[in-house]
Amino acid sequence: MLEFLQRFFGRPSSSATAKERLRLVLLSDHLSLAPDVVDALKYDLIEVISRYCDVDVAHCDVTFEHQDKQIAMLANIPILGMRDRAKPPAAPPPAPPPPLAAEPLPLGAAGATALAGAAPATEPVAETPAEPASPPPAKPARKRRRRRPNAAPATNGTTHAVPGTPGLSSI
Amino acid sequence: MINDVIADESPVAAPVARKRGRAIVVTSGKGGVGKTTTTANLGAALAAGGAAVVLVDADVGLRNLDIVLGLEARVRHHVLDVLEQKVTLDEALVADKRVPKLRLLAAAQTREKDDVDTEGFRGLISSLRDRFDYVLIDCPAGIEKGFTNAIAGADEAIVVCTPEVSAVRDADRVVGLLGENRSIKLIVNRLRPALVKRGKMLSVDDVNGILHLPLLGVIADAPDVIVSTNKGEPVALDPTSPVGETYRAIAQRITGALTTAPEIPRERSFLDKLFGSRR
Amino acid sequence: MNARRIVLTSGKGGVGKTTTTANLGAALAKRGSRVVLVDADIGLRNLDLVLGVEKRIVFDIVEVVEGRCQLRQALIKDKRLDNLSILPAAQTRDKTAVSELQMSKVVAELGELCDFVLIDCPAGIEHGFRNAIAGASEAIVVTTPEVSAIRDADRVIGKLHERGLPLRLIVNRLRPEMVRSGDMLSVDDVTDILSAELLGVVPDDEEVIDTTNRGEPIVLQPESRLAAIYDKICRRLDGELVPFTEFSPPGFFGRLFRKAG
Repeated sequence: MLEFLQRFFGRPSSSATAKERLRLVLLSDHLSLAPDVVDALKYDLIEVISRYCDVDVAHCDVTFEHQDKQIAMLANIPILGMRDRAKPPAAPPPAPPPPLAAEPLPLGAAGATALAGAAPATEPVAETPAEPASPPPAKPARKRRRRRPNAAPATNGTTHAVPGTPGLSSI
Repeated sequence: MINDVIADESPVAAPVARKRGRAIVVTSGKGGVGKTTTTANLGAALAAGGAAVVLVDADVGLRNLDIVLGLEARVRHHVLDVLEQKVTLDEALVADKRVPKLRLLAAAQTREKDDVDTEGFRGLISSLRDRFDYVLIDCPAGIEKGFTNAIAGADEAIVVCTPEVSAVRDADRVVGLLGENRSIKLIVNRLRPALVKRGKMLSVDDVNGILHLPLLGVIADAPDVIVSTNKGEPVALDPTSPVGETYRAIAQRITGALTTAPEIPRERSFLDKLFGSRR
Repeated sequence: MNARRIVLTSGKGGVGKTTTTANLGAALAKRGSRVVLVDADIGLRNLDLVLGVEKRIVFDIVEVVEGRCQLRQALIKDKRLDNLSILPAAQTRDKTAVSELQMSKVVAELGELCDFVLIDCPAGIEHGFRNAIAGASEAIVVTTPEVSAIRDADRVIGKLHERGLPLRLIVNRLRPEMVRSGDMLSVDDVTDILSAELLGVVPDDEEVIDTTNRGEPIVLQPESRLAAIYDKICRRLDGELVPFTEFSPPGFFGRLFRKAG
């Protein structure tokens, strides 16, 4: 949709293209150069998810992937089971996602998958599978969520956090 | 770790019996003369012409071949990952959607040139020659370990030189270091015929009077190279670009399809345009 | 030690470090400062060529470091500017010939003799770069408004931050007509992407090639517009707030007034 609009209203200048490409490639370079930041993020992410699920901490992995128009964080968090439902989660449930035109991200593992969107500096947001959509908070989170129908007991939960891309308005 | 294979990146199959490919290092000594742009464009032109081509970025720590090609978003692994056997070669090769027979093997961005074992790199180039018709290696600036690694395994070299005293001096140094056992050819880049005519820039003859190398081509300075790098679209794929045309001709000289001497861009006078004369 | 020891670096080769070092050095010397230029590009020396002193080299930095000559013997005084000298690099060695400690000592010793030591850094971010920054107290990052140059400048800026070196940016070879047509990144784009403080903007000028051929820094031609631009850079180095209105209408640099202020 975005590309159609771009073609309709005229392509962005090559300098605008260059600026956007540089923004993404430098973000990707900076992330590769900050393993301590990635470690801290991984620790915090596991901690948040652990409020809702039992996770296999030893096999958790977080990487960043430079996709066509954005940088995505890919977290592979093996889930061993759900926490007791009687225990309320510590954090409030997140907002429903606005519609996004982006193509579906490749997902490898079978089982429940949750896609959460967040800017790199903010906390990743995870959802409990049984929660229905809640009323949006004051600041809408940019997030997309896809679930497979059969949640096996021991599953690999894959969280895609999609840091917001600023779009053409920032160029 | 989820590292999903993007389905259309089918690797170039290793054929059963195949003529061994050529390994050519693109070097200069001086930085910023157009090695990476040349590697990208020659690779694209050769592959568009039907050859199986792999481009190897040897500039560990300061990689740019990926971004010049517009493939920076598709790089997942790099040369060191392959040399350290963390991934297979096929997993590391990046396909180019515009040119199906072109592959990129990126450099590591967060490592150093000293991390590359020269013999390992030589072995990698050798195995790439078994699978591709052309292995083009983008050499970093300088004459230290990065240079030594890049030339390992390449028995041909293209020296890129701009018509400026510093570049010629550095190219001369590099020619000396490349030694006697390599075929070395010259590309003169960023010529400005108007300045040459006014005596404000060295001519191709001035340059090659010092370097004494067979000339592959002469590329005129043109702003569309900057635009093409902005967009990540090599000019060699643009049928309307004169610089692209020059790169395509150089590719044909490399394959042997073109045997005429390279044309030296000149400031075209009115009479030239009228009669189409060539020097 | 009273001298400011400034390394000029970029990551990417060919963006104009050596030309900038020569011209900035000459501009500072013209204004009365005592300046020594150090060519840290061992093996591929070019600062001597750009200044036109290549035929007068007797000793080089490697010989100084190896104790085969005194530092003063290796310094070449510029014939046009009394206050300008250059310590050339060796041509037949490579960057491993000198250690960071040795570079640091040479630069410190030079610092006793002058007001500014400008160190011309080679391309790259490894051994040659580490040597070049070893003795420096501050840095100037030179970049062009092109994708590869900016990516490498970003890397270098990261390395300089690790060392705690304050830095400022020179954007070299700007082509205003290409910026206007959207074919080249603007100065604002570059400073946004790199988040660096701007020191100067130098437009692309075909006369630079000719002056390099002749070994005559362009700032020595008083009618050249680059002479005025480098003079402004010198004033900013001194701490003066000079607006960036060298050659373009304010539209290009609107936001930079805030950065300069």
